[in-house]
Amino acid sequence: MSKLLDIRGLRLEAGPKGKRTTILHGLDLSLNRGEVLGLVGESGAGKSSAGLAAMGYTRGGVAITAGEILFDGIDLAQASTATLQDLHGRRIAYVAQSAAASFNPAHRLIDQFCEAPLLHGTAARAEAEADAIALYRQMQLPDPQQIGFRYPHQVSGGQLQRAMTAMAMACRPDLIIFDEPTTALDVTTQIEVLGAIRDIVERYDTAAIYITHDLAVVSQMADRITVMQHGREVETAQTRKMLEAPKADYTKSLWAVRALDRPRRDTNDTETVLSLSGVTAGYGTTKVLDGVSLDLPKGRTTAVVGESGSGKSTLAKVIAGVLPPGEGKVLWQGKPLPGPYQKRNRATLRHIQMVYQMADTALNPRHTVRETLERPVRHFLGLRGSALRARVNQLMELIELDPATFLDRRIPELSGGQKQRIGIARALAAEPEFIICDEVTSALDQLVAEGILRLLLRLQDELGLTYLFITHDLATVEAIADQVVIMQRGKIVETGAQHQIFAAPKSDYTKRLLASVPQMDAGWLDGVRQRLAS
Amino acid sequence: MKTLKSAPPTALLGMLILAAVLVTGVFAPLLAPYGETEIVGVEYEPWSAAFPLGTDNLGRDMLSRMIYGARNTVGLALLTTGIAFTAGAALGMVAALKGGWTDQILSRVIDVLMAVPPLILALMLLAIVGPSIPNMVGVIAVIYIAPVFRLSRAAAMNVVSQDFIQAAQLRGEGTLWLLRREVLPNISSTLIAEFGLRFCFVFLFIAALSFLGIGIQPPTADWGSMVKENATLITFGDITPLIPAAAIALLTIAINFIVDWMLHRASGLKS
Repeated sequence: MSKLLDIRGLRLEAGPKGKRTTILHGLDLSLNRGEVLGLVGESGAGKSSAGLAAMGYTRGGVAITAGEILFDGIDLAQASTATLQDLHGRRIAYVAQSAAASFNPAHRLIDQFCEAPLLHGTAARAEAEADAIALYRQMQLPDPQQIGFRYPHQVSGGQLQRAMTAMAMACRPDLIIFDEPTTALDVTTQIEVLGAIRDIVERYDTAAIYITHDLAVVSQMADRITVMQHGREVETAQTRKMLEAPKADYTKSLWAVRALDRPRRDTNDTETVLSLSGVTAGYGTTKVLDGVSLDLPKGRTTAVVGESGSGKSTLAKVIAGVLPPGEGKVLWQGKPLPGPYQKRNRATLRHIQMVYQMADTALNPRHTVRETLERPVRHFLGLRGSALRARVNQLMELIELDPATFLDRRIPELSGGQKQRIGIARALAAEPEFIICDEVTSALDQLVAEGILRLLLRLQDELGLTYLFITHDLATVEAIADQVVIMQRGKIVETGAQHQIFAAPKSDYTKRLLASVPQMDAGWLDGVRQRLAS
Repeated sequence: MKTLKSAPPTALLGMLILAAVLVTGVFAPLLAPYGETEIVGVEYEPWSAAFPLGTDNLGRDMLSRMIYGARNTVGLALLTTGIAFTAGAALGMVAALKGGWTDQILSRVIDVLMAVPPLILALMLLAIVGPSIPNMVGVIAVIYIAPVFRLSRAAAMNVVSQDFIQAAQLRGEGTLWLLRREVLPNISSTLIAEFGLRFCFVFLFIAALSFLGIGIQPPTADWGSMVKENATLITFGDITPLIPAAAIALLTIAINFIVDWMLHRASGLKS
């Protein structure tokens, strides 16, 4: 079979002269017609740059300094702008991570669909529209006749991602680059999109490069997988081989979070720290939380799971006092907890701490690590002078960062994982009893996330902390939770001990949610889709 | 020092001019050959060794008045801009942080201020309170609170929506701490850049008011009124009245060079 795409020794460099950083160190990739190649790696591995380079495109400031990109015999690295313009959209198409950000909000979906066929002259307007409707139907979009006449903001994220895939198909390209097309979607939506993408790629025998950081997702889509790290290829193998017998240590480590396991602890043998009964809260007239009742056992981890819009972050806001509840009672150690944080006394504020999802915005970028940690210690514990310094050093040791190296650095000089550790240290500085962890690992790479989770578990064992762990990632929940709360549309669907929920879910929604978590099994997607269809 | 070395030549030139003007202003009595209001000759004498820039409409030395004018014009502009910035930035941050009614009331008052053209507002207010230097400084400061408020509020809005502000609020920090330690450091580069720009506007505004006769009052020397006083010379083909105007232009350009560089640095800091 002839090679459709053959990248040889591709080297990408970025930045001004003298300070160049290499993004890709001589990458080799090849792709046959109709083959799907998965590119897997953490952020910064160069997988997106490699995907774009396969189109002969580089981001601003990035240059191809060596190697060739042969697409059907044409070297895209040397090709003229006119050649590239002719190929893009017609023979090579691209599906971006965030469909919401990639569609022009001012035009209807079908107008944007017709753009490429009209530009390349492959179809007249009426033909293109008919084709769009046919493709929308194949992508299993609801109401395919009409959906194209809506504006991007009028359809959901999952539908938009499917509309974008349909758009990429408009000229029946030979190659499509998918750049993390499902990363921004909920697990149950992800399944639909994955299924639709795979069907259409198979139907038209299109070759594809599927970029993702999730091995489980890629194993459903790809015939062959390439794992990348630091701009280099780590390992390439057929999907089944890669799943069954990964060779490189790095590939194995990508599974680390799922390997994380701790002994389950009973949730009935401790007192209740925080208790919510019939809590309703919302913004204006919209109710985001509707009659939520929940008991948090002391020294245990309660995980709140739900898709976006389920109200799980609002729950955190109510407990933290940012959003006072409309109705219902919140009891803290048996006593009523005032709604707004302004009415809470310092001792209560001290005992309920929060760790945020985005460490970048949760820490003041103008402060040093020392300033960030000293303030809560002084504020809550009243320590001064050498006692203060000793406590800050102790905190740094708790979060496994060297005080001498890091204390005087500014926040922007830290990596994502280090920032998140400082966020945890800031919460610990108050010597709290209870910490709300709001999606603390979802912005981090898997290896870094695993480190953070291990740290949180160790701290819980040492300090007897109670966690409320908010997340959408069921793999994390399975690894660390003692008690699991499943939320949907502002209501609690199911509450139970971790083993109970995962072994014998009662509600249909929980079952569907659990079934939607991608598994390390190439046949998983087909199995799930059959089960969901029946 | 490191940042100074990285400055582009235009910014260095700007700083050189600004420094020269400031030194001239501070040491005016030592540098000027004659007194500020001293009548030393007949009216409109041509340029000579005794009077390098000639004399003005009352026979005062032009060069001496230029030097004293630097002190008055630049000094008052600095003072006015300083007042407008302190008040405007503080109110803007409070509005962004508190939101709700506080924000509504402050923003609407500022809207009213901005709805009237500044020059007309200044003329009206000065007609009410009477033209004197403190009144003029007060009136211009009030007028310039409006744009500073809006900038500071917009910049602070981006900051207060971030989680570290919530973290500080949940810690029970007071408003003063939040403004000074959490918000201000994050918007200071924007404010400093804006300070340079507003300083130019205020400076030109004072010159304009003086030209109209309700700014700095005679016999105090300032560059704006010096243009007006000697305007008749233009008809005789003498460029002397253009010299104070050129000084105004030069200083404005110099400050803009510096501001451009600061804005560039501020935008670089964000990424």
